[in-house]
Amino acid sequence: MTQPSILLDGLPVPFVDGQTIMDAAMAADIFIPHLCHHPEFKPQGSCKLCTVKANGRYVSACTLPARDGMEVENNSPDLNDKRRTLLQMLFVEGNHFCPSCEKSGNCMLQALAYELEMLSPHFDQFYPNRAVDASHPEVLLDFNRCILCELCVRASRDVDRKSVFSLSGRGIDKHLIVNAESGRLADTDFSWADKAAHVCPVGVILKKRSGFAVPIGKRRYDVEPIGMQVERLAARSADEES
Amino acid sequence: MSEECFDAEELEELLRPVVERHNGEPLQLVQILREAQEVVGYLPAALLTATARALKLPRAQVEGVAGFYSFFHLTPPGRYRVLFSDNITDRMLGSGELLDRLCNKLWVERRKLSEDGLVSVDTTSCTGMCDQGPALLVNGQPLTRLSGERIDRISELIRAQLPLGDWPAEYFRVEDNIRRRDTLLSAEWPAGEALRAAIARGSEAMLAEMKLSNLRGRGGAGFTTAIKWESARRAACHTEADAQAGARYVICNADEGEPGTFKDRVLLSSYPDLVFDGLSVAGFTIGARKGLIYLRGEYAYLLPALRENLERRRRSGLLGRAVGGEVGLDFEIDIHLGAGAYVCGEETALLESLEGKRGIPRIRPPFPVTAGYRGQPTVVNNVETLCKAALIAIRGGAWFAGLGTKQSTGSKLLSISGDVEMPGIYEYPFGVSVEQVLQDCGAGNAQAVQVSGPSGVCLAMHEFSRSIAFEDVPTAGAFMVFGSHRDMFEVARNFAHFFKHESCGFCTPCRVGTSLVANCMDKIGKGLGTQYEINQIFKIHRLLHAASHCGLGQAACNPLFDTLQKFRPAYERRLCSLDFEPAFDLDQALAAARQMTGRDDPAAHFGFAARLPGVAS
Amino acid sequence: MGAEREPERGAERVVVGDKRKLRLATASLAGCFGCHMSLLDIDERLFELVERVDFDRSPLTDIKHCGACDIGLIEGGICNAENVHVLREFRSHCKVLIAVGACAVNGGLPAQRNHLDLGQCLQEIYLTAPDIVGGKIPNDPELPLPLDKVHPIHEIVRIDYFIPGCPPSGDAIWKFLTDLLDGRTPRLGHPLLHFD
Repeated sequence: MTQPSILLDGLPVPFVDGQTIMDAAMAADIFIPHLCHHPEFKPQGSCKLCTVKANGRYVSACTLPARDGMEVENNSPDLNDKRRTLLQMLFVEGNHFCPSCEKSGNCMLQALAYELEMLSPHFDQFYPNRAVDASHPEVLLDFNRCILCELCVRASRDVDRKSVFSLSGRGIDKHLIVNAESGRLADTDFSWADKAAHVCPVGVILKKRSGFAVPIGKRRYDVEPIGMQVERLAARSADEES
Repeated sequence: MSEECFDAEELEELLRPVVERHNGEPLQLVQILREAQEVVGYLPAALLTATARALKLPRAQVEGVAGFYSFFHLTPPGRYRVLFSDNITDRMLGSGELLDRLCNKLWVERRKLSEDGLVSVDTTSCTGMCDQGPALLVNGQPLTRLSGERIDRISELIRAQLPLGDWPAEYFRVEDNIRRRDTLLSAEWPAGEALRAAIARGSEAMLAEMKLSNLRGRGGAGFTTAIKWESARRAACHTEADAQAGARYVICNADEGEPGTFKDRVLLSSYPDLVFDGLSVAGFTIGARKGLIYLRGEYAYLLPALRENLERRRRSGLLGRAVGGEVGLDFEIDIHLGAGAYVCGEETALLESLEGKRGIPRIRPPFPVTAGYRGQPTVVNNVETLCKAALIAIRGGAWFAGLGTKQSTGSKLLSISGDVEMPGIYEYPFGVSVEQVLQDCGAGNAQAVQVSGPSGVCLAMHEFSRSIAFEDVPTAGAFMVFGSHRDMFEVARNFAHFFKHESCGFCTPCRVGTSLVANCMDKIGKGLGTQYEINQIFKIHRLLHAASHCGLGQAACNPLFDTLQKFRPAYERRLCSLDFEPAFDLDQALAAARQMTGRDDPAAHFGFAARLPGVAS
Repeated sequence: MGAEREPERGAERVVVGDKRKLRLATASLAGCFGCHMSLLDIDERLFELVERVDFDRSPLTDIKHCGACDIGLIEGGICNAENVHVLREFRSHCKVLIAVGACAVNGGLPAQRNHLDLGQCLQEIYLTAPDIVGGKIPNDPELPLPLDKVHPIHEIVRIDYFIPGCPPSGDAIWKFLTDLLDGRTPRLGHPLLHFD
């Protein structure tokens, strides 16, 4: 019996039962843009960057199980256009001032904006007023950059078994909270050793006193565009960014 | 009592009976928070901590749930919490002016708690009283047919701090306003008739009748009910023991949140036995022992009567053990109250909410029929669908299939509101033309009808010959009529803000996109819009349609798209230029600095206001 | 993955591929002149540039008002009334207007004041700061009044192109301008496209 496969932008890509379109693409070293997906965690399909067209329907590649013979459109002007608009939405929703961010150069949001040639935020900025939480001795939380991917939520709940992070509010008021009546990270059992400390794709969860260690030009996405780093993205469980 | 300070111990005392009533079950979190709030007045931080401890849940999760629902208050909302229904039909009846009037009378600012902690005044999404608006909720109780005079009286009652029970009963009267009856609304069977008929047929035969009837879901999507029932009946439970214990569920979706819809309200108040019978028939057919009703928080006032009715059914052997005298046939019905979230009308968000979580639509597949409530096979049906199923149990599938059209069998309840002489409930066989409906309800000068609410379709005059049916104009029941004097731009703007308010925020396109289009509409409304904003709306519409996680986001720009197609001049006459203008008033942006510097020279101003057309606010 | 089709804000698209010498104007608004320094970083390529364009209003020419131009480069965001007037002058005189650098693109560093109240800022700076005696908020009509919030320039007028970066490198600016002058839709790939 031959292995089942999908046709990804015309290319046959094999998969095993239970794999999603994203899993199959990653295993074949094909890049599908994504932010909330992480190979180690249960897919959640909220950022919608991985929107592809499967048999003519727009779907999330990270949540839709692959089916034999499925025709999937990924790298097309229409989809990249939509993904760029989604990025622009994320950029105006928060306060993303890359020049002053420690994560710059290692940030997935920024790297995807480069990959998809996003030159401006396009929409009017929301400039939300979000206070930072510097209470914890090891870690700074800068909520201005949160894209609500819930990776820290999932890591803390499913791996660390601490549930330090959660989301509250609704709609555009949705926001990240921590597991303390005071609302301060220092009053939780969070530690830099937690998995959740190392999964933020943007610059929200930052180790104190260690920023800007790598010079410009040597940072992860200075070296190579994110679209060329599929193998590393797929192997993220072992090699986590700090 | 809202501004009282509670210490942690006191809160735990107050919480204990609530938690005990729900056996400390974390899946009951939404119900527990609701009931705790009733006792305490709001949900202070220490109460969330105590709740988390009692239910052995992470505190952040409890706070996340409390922060999701509109009717949960993390800060004191006032001893009198007044919420004006903000549907466009309420606005057309003058709700905006009435809200201002009440605020003036009470000396309060909208959305802000009065300094003495007595009262707060705000808006809420459609409360389902469009046939007798303008309406509001005070501490969850609906007040209908508001007028200036009534508002003045209400302000006095609040200032006198009179308990709601002592307010004139007339204020709280909710009429059925049934204007046209067909097969469903003329039904007059005693309680249990449908259930007994189904039991007499047997579950196999009942399912066969359902297939024969070709009944399709009345919640809007139009999925064939028999297929749902059959899938859930066949689907495997988690374990064989679960299957033996009847761990399948039937759920009645009474989260009637689509603005302009109120038919389920009428069915639940005047035909509750038909609803319960339908739910019992569904349970009997798929082998479930438990039925749940998810009642929207706005309809909490119906709860005492519904509970009383369930008690009556229990006494007459229609609920509990050995239902209808059939040994081994056990069936119970519980009612869950929502807490203000339109998205929970989406069936998987509803399941999340029933399980005590934030109402976020689930990833599908799996579908509820295989993995629904508590992961078990679950049927979720609309209130009206279940009533129809009860009818089919009694009169048979073939009879039902003979009504309506071939693809849309049976009848449909329409909730008619807006510019009509006789708003209310109209039951028609499927296939009736929009024109006919308009004639019957006395809509003399309609220029548009919004069918099936903001997420439905806006029909213009040239489409009035179309018919209400799944194959032509499908609907969940809302039928809002707009006379020729109405401004269709303001209609669309109201809907844009509705979706912004009700987006659950899970996925990027809907969370941010609904805000962006609402901002675009406000900019156009202020007379600052250009062709650029129109293009933006189209662009965002395409993205939301393609990439949103659920139907809410996919439909969120429909009313804008429709009105831009059919009522474009309503937008264009507001545009100030064909070029681009800022979304804010530049001159106003200098006001703070002008004040601080005391300057008023020409360089301290922009000649901006002067360039605006007359529509500027 | 496909260039951004940003300039959909309608309006005329200038054909800058012809051999006529074009006029170019530049200005720095709420910025630090870093983007202008980056423009100078194209070094000897400046000679090539001046063969192809004439400079109109710019810190390089000291011309005070913009005449009819083909291309306008704007550095910096909008933080005061004068910024608005200059930007509008550029928009009405330049066929193609380009936002250069992080501040023009998203407000940048100056926009970090947006979560503060302007009145309180002025009060603290000029009246209540510890070392101030007999302070007064400056009110000379010559001084431009600050806006309550800082805005990127595309929130004030229609913008045709964006060159992000803090600052964009000389190479990025050169690549962008030569694309434009040669009639190609400008593109910045790796590593020229960066936000910091």
